[in-house]
Amino acid sequence: MMDIETLVASIPQLQRADLESWVSAELVMPGKVGPVARFTEMECARVRLICTLHYDLEIGADTLPLVLSLIDQLYASRQRLASLATAIAQQEPSVRERILAALPPGS
Amino acid sequence: MEADPYDALGVPRTATDKEIKAAFKKLARKHHPDLNPDDKAAEEKFKEISAAHDLLGNKEQRRRFDAGEIDASGAQRPQERFYRDFADGSVFSTHAAQDGFGSNEELAEFLASAFAGGARRSRGARPARGQDTTYALRVAFEDVASGATRTVTLPDGATLNVTIPEGAEDRQMLRLPGQGGPGFAGGPPGDAFVELHVDPHAIFRRKDDNIHLEVPVTLKEAVLGARIMVPTIGGPVTVTVPKGSNSGSTLRLRDRGIRNRKTGQRGHQLITLKVVLPAAEEPELVRFLEAWEPKTAQDPRREMLA
Repeated sequence: MMDIETLVASIPQLQRADLESWVSAELVMPGKVGPVARFTEMECARVRLICTLHYDLEIGADTLPLVLSLIDQLYASRQRLASLATAIAQQEPSVRERILAALPPGS
Repeated sequence: MEADPYDALGVPRTATDKEIKAAFKKLARKHHPDLNPDDKAAEEKFKEISAAHDLLGNKEQRRRFDAGEIDASGAQRPQERFYRDFADGSVFSTHAAQDGFGSNEELAEFLASAFAGGARRSRGARPARGQDTTYALRVAFEDVASGATRTVTLPDGATLNVTIPEGAEDRQMLRLPGQGGPGFAGGPPGDAFVELHVDPHAIFRRKDDNIHLEVPVTLKEAVLGARIMVPTIGGPVTVTVPKGSNSGSTLRLRDRGIRNRKTGQRGHQLITLKVVLPAAEEPELVRFLEAWEPKTAQDPRREMLA
């Protein structure tokens, strides 16, 4: 867990005002301990990703929400696929083989 | 990562700042791990190009690199966790490789990896490397001072023998090739990564290759000088305390520090003396001091108050 000062200090290019605007746009959602915002390791990793997108890849503030929304959808789909695969993995070998065989080739 | 940063970005040494930035942008888009969750090698590639960009994107750093004053190792990035490590929510976190769903073969691999007890050959599965696993290992200060072998017991009861190299550092990552998860469908096993967590020592403090130690000396030893025994990481040695040594004076024991992993040279042990007054009552000392007229008047706090 990090507070906003520590997080800003840990990423050289990060401007505090930018981070605050991302928080108010809910691109980043820190938890709150009392009135103090606290960033989990996961939120910190997300902030580093946003910094790369915004400062290095020069994705503008207006396009950023769109890109992040696509990334979020990608990971949500991957999670669902992973839980589906896990569920399949728990089936009888014959069921698993049938499911694999039923998948279109090269998909 | 000691690769040439120009090679890493694929630019000539004459590239302008703009060209460097453009090359980095192009490569970052292609190799950012969060944008390429299926690319298992993305993390290493991205670190390499970021480190190269950190170095060449900074005018002063680039000048110093070109002049040969610094090498590319100065730009290495610390271990960093990417968003996909969390968002993909896989079992072994940092180095997990359970993210290949690009094709049926990869889904089959994933299915195989999801079975407790390891690989079951699925029809049509192509051989694939097992997943990398990451462990943390707490080691004593002495283990890194002299090198050691330690055993890690894995969650499944198996054990891993870890050779801790002499001079290893806190948070250093050791790679044990082929000791990770089993391969799928006849593929080779993954690697195990062990992160060292070095416990601090009760008296020795390490700073790079040097060992720092505070050593108390009696008033008599400090004033008259003495030969005293002090501990080092290699066992006790005799040291001469010069006559008139003050609290805070430093003595250096050459080559009694940590052996550097790269150069093989040992650091030094630096001893800071601390003068201690007698623990028991010393009426003679008290009487002496009461009667003592210093030859030179001394005000040790003069500079502080000026």
